[in-house]
Amino acid sequence: MKLSPNLFKIERSAAVKMTKPFIKPIITPEEAAGKVREGTTVMLGGFNYGGVPYTVIDALHDQGTGNIRVICVDASHCNPKVPEPVGVARLIVNRQVSSMVISHMGLNAVAQEMFAKGEIDIELNPMGTLVERIRTGGAGLGGFLTPTGVDTAYEKNRQTVELDGKKFILERPLRADIAFIRAYKADEAGNLIYYGTGRNFNPVMATAAEIVIAEVDEVVPIGEIDPNNVVTPGIFIDALVIKGGNAYAART
Amino acid sequence: MLPELNENEARERIAGRIAADLEDGALVNLGIGIPQLIPNFMPDGVNIFLQTENGTIYAGPAKDPNDLRIIDAGGAPISVLPGGSFVSSDASFGILRGGHIDATVLGALQVDEDGSLANWTIPNVRTPGMGGAMDIVAGAKKVYVATRHFEKNGTSKLLKKCTLPLTGHGVVDVIVTEYCLIRNINGRMVLEEIADDVDTNELRSKTPMEMEISPDLKTMTC
Repeated sequence: MKLSPNLFKIERSAAVKMTKPFIKPIITPEEAAGKVREGTTVMLGGFNYGGVPYTVIDALHDQGTGNIRVICVDASHCNPKVPEPVGVARLIVNRQVSSMVISHMGLNAVAQEMFAKGEIDIELNPMGTLVERIRTGGAGLGGFLTPTGVDTAYEKNRQTVELDGKKFILERPLRADIAFIRAYKADEAGNLIYYGTGRNFNPVMATAAEIVIAEVDEVVPIGEIDPNNVVTPGIFIDALVIKGGNAYAART
Repeated sequence: MLPELNENEARERIAGRIAADLEDGALVNLGIGIPQLIPNFMPDGVNIFLQTENGTIYAGPAKDPNDLRIIDAGGAPISVLPGGSFVSSDASFGILRGGHIDATVLGALQVDEDGSLANWTIPNVRTPGMGGAMDIVAGAKKVYVATRHFEKNGTSKLLKKCTLPLTGHGVVDVIVTEYCLIRNINGRMVLEEIADDVDTNELRSKTPMEMEISPDLKTMTC
């Protein structure tokens, strides 16, 4: 066996051959959105207003790509109180989304109407089930057993397993082609920290897609984020986008 | 005739009664609507700790109404109290499903004799989705339902069997409406408290849910 002399020496240059680059390129929102084609499965981080990659979603909206398959927690806001669509609701109202796996759409009247008319395919998952499906997808597992939804209509058409006298629903993993996530700060190596309730689905989505792009408030030099505080290690990240002027991006 | 309460009186009475039932030091998850009023009605000297399903442990009142970096599950700004923390959604639902929450309080479209709850869809009419409710009722140590007793058209929300798709089967421990408190005691729905001016027989006759009357039936105070 030949030991590499440079095993622990990491050059800060493109010469370091890694699946994902060690130093993450900072790309424009348009470049990030450009990776989405018709039929692409996209995970979008966020929960309600928090932790949403608003700037990339805006670019995806302007790009106009249709037939996008979306995995995210909720359909965001588009209702009498918040009539101007927010976040993923912009893509839904713009008819760019053909199918979604989500948990809640109570604040998006348009999504509910499209669903009722059969204009969009929606699979509703309990929220804890949805996040665990994504976690499982990123962790190399074949599925998991949950008590959530047992003996309800949700159980229909799903496999159940009886284990030690208790009934569980067998849930399958979820993965995507691309995950657009949102974090507070990144260092140049893509290590991420989050702020407040903006963490939500972002750390699990970072593990469960082929390409992972993080929208952040700022990128700081390596060393400024204490490794003890890193929530999402840079190994999951392909590229970074700096958040733009979206009014909700500014408030989150 | 049952006394008629306006919406606010009814909501505040329900929230107040549940506030008085929660134990000092309990870690509690509150649903949207009536449950969110509960912190305003906690008796002196009794403190509860709030967990929000979007990842706050020890949630407190908002400091800046424009700051959306710390919000509750409904999107309203909140804060985190000293000693609190933030977690991701997989951890938050591990907390909820894993039995680490002492109590949850949820609204209902329907609730029934089996302690089953329906609150996420009216097929072909409105489907907001289940959100976190299915996981929360599957894992919380104690599930309170906070609901008006009747729909606006007078139909009881307390039924023999729910007709809407369930959120959870046999999960409800306590039901509080503006007229009464019902406890699920080993699968039997026991009417323990009834509001002032409410005739027990009349309430039972207008409520399809079969209720046993507690031998120490009390007046509901809040």
